[in-house]
Amino acid sequence: MSALLEVEDLRVEFGTRHGVVEALKGVTLSVAAGETLGIVGESGSGKSVTAFCVMRLLERAGRISGGRIRFRGEDITRAGRRVLAPLRGAAMSMIFQNPRAALNPIRPVGLQIADVIRAHEAVSAREARERALALLEAVRIREPVRRLEAYPHELSGGMCQRVMIAMAIACEPSLLIADEPTTGLDVTTQKAVMELLAETTARRGMAMVLITHDLGLAAQYCGRIAVMEQGRVVEEAVPDRLFGAPGHPYTQRLVAASPRRDSTVAGLVGESEPRAVVPTGRRLLEVAGLRKEFGGVAAVEGVSFHLDAGESLGLVGESGSGKSTISRLVCRLLDPTAGSIRFEGEEIGAIPAGRFHGSPWRKDIQIVFQDHGESLNPRFSAFDCIADPLRRLLGMREGAQLRAQAEDCAARVGLPGELLGRFPHQLSGGQKARVGIARAIAPGPRLLVLDEPTAALDVSVQAVVLHLLDRLRREEGLAYLFVSHDLNVVRMMCERTIVLQAGRVVEEGRSEALFAAPRAGYTRELLAAIPHFEPQGEPVPG
Amino acid sequence: MSATLRHAGWVLRGNPVTLLAGCGCGLLVLAALLGPWIVPYDPIASDVPNALQAPSAAHWFGTDQLGRDVFSRVLVAARLDLAIAASAVSLSFIIGATVGSFCGYAGGRLDAWVGRFVDVLMAFPLFVLAMAMVAALGNRVENIIYATAIINLPFYIRFSRAEVNVRRGLGWVEAARASGNSHARVVMRFLLPNVLPAMAVQISLNLGWAILNAAGLSFLGLGVRPPTPEWGIMVAEGARFITTGKWWLVACPGAALMFAVLCFNLLGDGLRDILDPRMRT
Repeated sequence: MSALLEVEDLRVEFGTRHGVVEALKGVTLSVAAGETLGIVGESGSGKSVTAFCVMRLLERAGRISGGRIRFRGEDITRAGRRVLAPLRGAAMSMIFQNPRAALNPIRPVGLQIADVIRAHEAVSAREARERALALLEAVRIREPVRRLEAYPHELSGGMCQRVMIAMAIACEPSLLIADEPTTGLDVTTQKAVMELLAETTARRGMAMVLITHDLGLAAQYCGRIAVMEQGRVVEEAVPDRLFGAPGHPYTQRLVAASPRRDSTVAGLVGESEPRAVVPTGRRLLEVAGLRKEFGGVAAVEGVSFHLDAGESLGLVGESGSGKSTISRLVCRLLDPTAGSIRFEGEEIGAIPAGRFHGSPWRKDIQIVFQDHGESLNPRFSAFDCIADPLRRLLGMREGAQLRAQAEDCAARVGLPGELLGRFPHQLSGGQKARVGIARAIAPGPRLLVLDEPTAALDVSVQAVVLHLLDRLRREEGLAYLFVSHDLNVVRMMCERTIVLQAGRVVEEGRSEALFAAPRAGYTRELLAAIPHFEPQGEPVPG
Repeated sequence: MSATLRHAGWVLRGNPVTLLAGCGCGLLVLAALLGPWIVPYDPIASDVPNALQAPSAAHWFGTDQLGRDVFSRVLVAARLDLAIAASAVSLSFIIGATVGSFCGYAGGRLDAWVGRFVDVLMAFPLFVLAMAMVAALGNRVENIIYATAIINLPFYIRFSRAEVNVRRGLGWVEAARASGNSHARVVMRFLLPNVLPAMAVQISLNLGWAILNAAGLSFLGLGVRPPTPEWGIMVAEGARFITTGKWWLVACPGAALMFAVLCFNLLGDGLRDILDPRMRT
């Protein structure tokens, strides 16, 4: 079978302020007609750049400096617009990461799909509309006739991605490039979207390139997987072989760092298991009948739970389940509409959030945020970020003591002292995560609320950060309220878990029991939707 | 500090226009500071026998109807014009940015009321409003400053409100509160500095605009009174002689005015790049 797409020794350079940076250092890939190729790798590995090169959508700073891209045997490496225009959208199309941002916000989605059709085929507006309707049916959008007139903001993230898929397959392309198509979607939505993609490509005989950072997703939906690291393809194999017996050290690390049903935090970073934490049994936090309304709609309804000193409690749920709202209520950044929040027996829910900064409990309850890039003040250096709570909550003054204390916090989270002078944009994702954690532990809290602390990180960085958090808890006796959508992570990090749906608790129990034998139907659904890979043989020891 | 300077150097190397505008602004500031000491003639002393002389080696910009040296007057006027513009702009920046930031952060009723007030203010023809204010408050320099500050206020309020509004939900704002900062402190110490780089453009454009405004008011006979050297008055006085071919009386202060406005307008973009730490690496 001849290859549909051939990428040969592709090299791409980006001109930056510090000279030329080579993003792709000789990438060779091929995709046969009807095949699904997975490209996995962490951020900066060049997987998206490869996709953009194939579509010839590279931004202006980027330049193809070598190699060849052949599509259906035709060299399109340096093809002009006249050659590319009929190909893009018609013969090859692309689905982007953030579907809502990829759709035009001020045009009904039906018209946007019709636009694609009319750009490539001479059909009447009426006929294009008919076909758009058929496509919406094909991507299984409920009430397709009504949705034709809908604007992107009126649709959920999952529905927007379905619309994107409809646009991508509108002209029956032979190649579909999906760049992280389900990142940011809930697991159940992810499952539905991926199944739709797999089924659509199979039925229409389309080839697909699935770009993802999620090994489980690639294992489940791809026939062949290429692993990329720093602009190179380091390994390429069928999923069973790749995950069962990874050959390249990088693949081994990646496979080891990906949380599975049976992984442990120490196992992710290749260490032996430490002693289990024994919770003290001393009640730290007691939440009862918590309720929060936004504009008359309840986001959290009748939620009760408790947390002992030194214990870790997981809060899992999909978007809209109220887990972030609960974390901010407990952290006293938001005022509850009703219910009580007792910290060491004291009712702290009654102190208005606007005045909580001055309360003696402020230093006891701290929070680590999801997006570490967004949670650091762009105008503060790492030192200022960590020193701010020391100044405000412990009343420390400028000087050697403050510096020593901030450096100590940085050391506890494994942040090299010489990075303290840097600004957030000069730090990597993992380093920013460490600054965020150092800031939270700086005032010496007893309860740490962790709001999806690793959701924005690469798996290998996630493994290290989880290990760090686990170690901190053991060493400093912190209690964690661990909010996450990733059930595998919660199982590893928490003794007990609460499952939330639409602001209510649907299930609560000890983590092992809950994940081994879920009682609620919703929990079962969540667990079934996690993409997973099970190594066939023993992984080669790294 | 040295990092800031190095960064400023890098930005300026990439933007020769900004560098040129910066030099122009420096020249203006120098003229404003040193004007009275470096001018060749007394800008107010009349010398009627030498009235209405065309530009020459002795009088670079010629002389006016009372024989005063136009070059000296143009140079000395820089101080008054820049002082009016700078005080008016800083006044409206300080008040506008603070009020706007709090509105953008708090939202709700305060935001709605301030928003309506700004809408009402902007519904007036702003220059006419400034004229009315100076006429009502009295013909004094400080009243020109207040009037100019008030008509600039809406831009700062709107701008800072919008910039703060998009940032108030970000993680670092919540983190600041978890670190023990009050709402007021979050606005003043966290949000305002982040809005500053984008506002630098506005400030720079506004300076140019405020100079024009002050000159415009003086041109109409409001505010500064003769014989004080001021570009607007000089243009107004010179306008009487333009029909008889005495072009330098209008052209020289006019060109100074244009030069000042142009410099501040061009400076804006570069200033933002210099002030934003994210542009550094």
